[in-house]
Amino acid sequence: MAERSTLMLSLRGLTRRFGGLTAVDAIDLDLASGELISIIGPNGAGKTTLFNLVTGLDRPDDGAVSFEGQDVTGLSPERLAAEGIARTFQLGRVFGNLSVMDNVLIGAHTRLRAVKPAVPVIGPLLELGLALLRPASVKAEEERLREELKAILARFGERLLPRIDQPAYSLSYANRRRVEIARALALKPRLLLLDEPTAGMNPTETAEMQGLVAELKAEGLTILLIEHKLEMVMRLSDRVIVMDEGKKIAEGPGEQVRGDPKVIEAYLGHGLATERESAA
Amino acid sequence: MAGASASAASHSLAPWGHRVSSWLDYTINGLIVGNVYALVAVGLALIFGVSRLINFAQGSIYLVGAYIGWVAVVQLHTPLPLTIIVVAVAAAVVGLIIERFGLRPLQNSVRIAPLLATIGISFVLDQLVMLTFSPNPRALPSQLPDVRFQVGGGTIGPLDLLIAGVGLTSALLLFAFLRYSKLGWAVRATAQDRDAAMQMGVDVNRVNQAVFGIAAALGGVSGMLVGMYYNQIDTAMSLQATLKGVVAEVVGGAGNVPGAVIGSLLLGLVESYGVAVFGTSYRNLFAFLLLVVVLVLRPNGLFASARQAPPEPLTGTFIAPSRPVRIPRWALAVAAGGFAVLPFFPVSFYVLQTLINAWLLGMLALSLTLVAGTIGQVSLGHAALLAIGAYSSALLSLTFSVPVGLAIIGGGLMSAALGTALISPSFRLRGHYVSIATLAIGEIVSLVILNWESVTRGPIGISGIPPLSLFGYDLISPPSIYWFSFAVMVVLALLQARLLTSHLGRSFRAIRDDDVAARAYGLSLNRYKSLAFIFGGFAAGVSGGIAAHLYSYINHETFNTQQSILALTVVILGGLGNVVGAILGSVALVGLPEVFRIAAEYRILIYGIVLLLLVRFRPQGLLGTI
Repeated sequence: MAERSTLMLSLRGLTRRFGGLTAVDAIDLDLASGELISIIGPNGAGKTTLFNLVTGLDRPDDGAVSFEGQDVTGLSPERLAAEGIARTFQLGRVFGNLSVMDNVLIGAHTRLRAVKPAVPVIGPLLELGLALLRPASVKAEEERLREELKAILARFGERLLPRIDQPAYSLSYANRRRVEIARALALKPRLLLLDEPTAGMNPTETAEMQGLVAELKAEGLTILLIEHKLEMVMRLSDRVIVMDEGKKIAEGPGEQVRGDPKVIEAYLGHGLATERESAA
Repeated sequence: MAGASASAASHSLAPWGHRVSSWLDYTINGLIVGNVYALVAVGLALIFGVSRLINFAQGSIYLVGAYIGWVAVVQLHTPLPLTIIVVAVAAAVVGLIIERFGLRPLQNSVRIAPLLATIGISFVLDQLVMLTFSPNPRALPSQLPDVRFQVGGGTIGPLDLLIAGVGLTSALLLFAFLRYSKLGWAVRATAQDRDAAMQMGVDVNRVNQAVFGIAAALGGVSGMLVGMYYNQIDTAMSLQATLKGVVAEVVGGAGNVPGAVIGSLLLGLVESYGVAVFGTSYRNLFAFLLLVVVLVLRPNGLFASARQAPPEPLTGTFIAPSRPVRIPRWALAVAAGGFAVLPFFPVSFYVLQTLINAWLLGMLALSLTLVAGTIGQVSLGHAALLAIGAYSSALLSLTFSVPVGLAIIGGGLMSAALGTALISPSFRLRGHYVSIATLAIGEIVSLVILNWESVTRGPIGISGIPPLSLFGYDLISPPSIYWFSFAVMVVLALLQARLLTSHLGRSFRAIRDDDVAARAYGLSLNRYKSLAFIFGGFAAGVSGGIAAHLYSYINHETFNTQQSILALTVVILGGLGNVVGAILGSVALVGLPEVFRIAAEYRILIYGIVLLLLVRFRPQGLLGTI
């Protein structure tokens, strides 16, 4: 029972089929509060599909997802966001025409209270009215959020702060990825899913991102990470899960997975061999 | 929308004027009409397959085919086989021109661009046909003997057989082309995976050409056959054909060629049986209800395989990114002040009248720029919101003696409520499907107004609507009407501008830019699309309400598709989502034709051309997307 209370996310037999292809094949996973688990595997292994199933963007054909002990299988993404699950996307999905600040404010959308009274049926109409009238409580809430979000943007040093009013489409690729992560943090997530946060970044930028993820982990955030850069995976992860063709083929501490012959054969073989050569 | 439905009623009379009596006859009629739809729908499916585009100009090619057929038969006296060949070739050439000059330049453009381009092309073609041949209907004789053969309990004529024959032959030729020719393989490969096909060396431009040529040839021949079937052609055929073809294609599954054929036959049968039970004026209602039901229950068509993979990210590519032009507040205040004091100067009533029209259009454009621009739901049936507001306000003041000022607000609220309720089933659709759904819902509103005689007085319309009045004072002089409409528009614009700076403004725009990411951050599409339509529906309803009291007479044709397209052109011209742009665009598109004294029949043509030029050269509009 005690163990269960610290369990953040639990997947049981999660399965998703597309026609003849089983993209996610009976995946089991337990993620404890404060833990960081990395999911690795070759392209097409089903990692992003797994993320889509956890965040409600796709519905599993089989299996169950529970979050903080509650069954959340098949809930809508907006419900899951309200429950405290935030994610970033593999190819970066910022809102191109919105400013950096507006992007991050969307991240904090589930935390709006004053302007979104929890009244059934006429709640949306009240929201429209409050948005137009903007009483002091609404203005104060917006101001408070903006200040708080500036602090989140400040985590990226001078990368984003000077560009706070620029539209996101005008940012560099790496900055767009940073905006995405800032947007996810703005939700104050209890579970954060990062889908290749360093894709397309140079070594300096990758190191920065790795530092940030380490910080988040140190702050106690529970993180599920998809990443191809193995060095980062090994440094950050409490456990590593290896997927191939939709199946979980290995799970354990980084070093153990590294040595697993099945993993070497399916995925790491070539990369690890060259890495060992260069290390030698 | 309404102009088209009236002619559809005349088209849907049973052929040769006698009442078809047996079920077998209805079945034969349904299959024959379905065959004609199939020729249009297959073209749409081919085009959707290779370019993920719903070609709203398909009906215009069908119209062009009908008129080329008329020229061939009536003026050149060509024999039937030659007529068919002439129509097919000429229509194919039109299709190739559309592909080469209308769409190919937009290949790397944002997703909304080709959609808007086909709408613009459609209006240009329709107007060109109308200007060349006049809008009056013409007879298109079939050149076939008028005999009927008894088959079981029903009858069948030589033209029925011809249509069936053309349908079957086209299907076989198309099958052979796709299956056995190299170009056909390329078409199928492109439909499956455009990028992979390109990497394998498939010339996608040639594939597009082939597909547009074939689609146009089929569409043109179809138009000619329908003209012969009813022995009548007119320019309203175009929109009807597009709508029916789209319905059939979507029912069968967009991009699915055999599905389009089955969807067409199904549509033909549903309509035919619907007419048998309820009467001819309900024909189109069944078609559009079928569409809405399919879109809601099976948006991928009746034959789509299970659930598909979630869509790939298309971040920010639906509309053109741009930096909006910032106009200082004082400049806006000066401009508004200038327009406010205009009636004190010696300006003619004609100028005031023109500007009143601009303010009414401005309210509609504000509504559409919010819905299409800010939250990205490109509505093609926006005039329906005008109609709901106009009828509600007119009936409130006439039947319940509500003061006009309150009745107009009532019209706005009714439009907000009813419009949002009607459109809500399509909230989970995306991109082009939204446009189809709104087009269909606009048609449904118009058909309900036409058929619900106990409330709307049906085709007679509502006359004797009391004039505008406020607190008991009638507003009859042009300056007073001018001030009233201008003031209402300014208030709506200020409210909308305020809305855009609220959390709702950014939420709407986030949903437009990437609805998947928006949902992942807790934004409910239903909730926020509803709010956008409620706000926009109110503005459009108020505009319709004022118009009703201004015109004193309205009917189901007062608010038609041309107004929807004009509003869309205004919105693109001003910049999507841009409040000031919507008003500027309205003044420009209402005012400039007046300044240059352009005859009314050329205006739609000019709006179409303006839309095409904008999409090609300034997709962000004059003042930029917000």
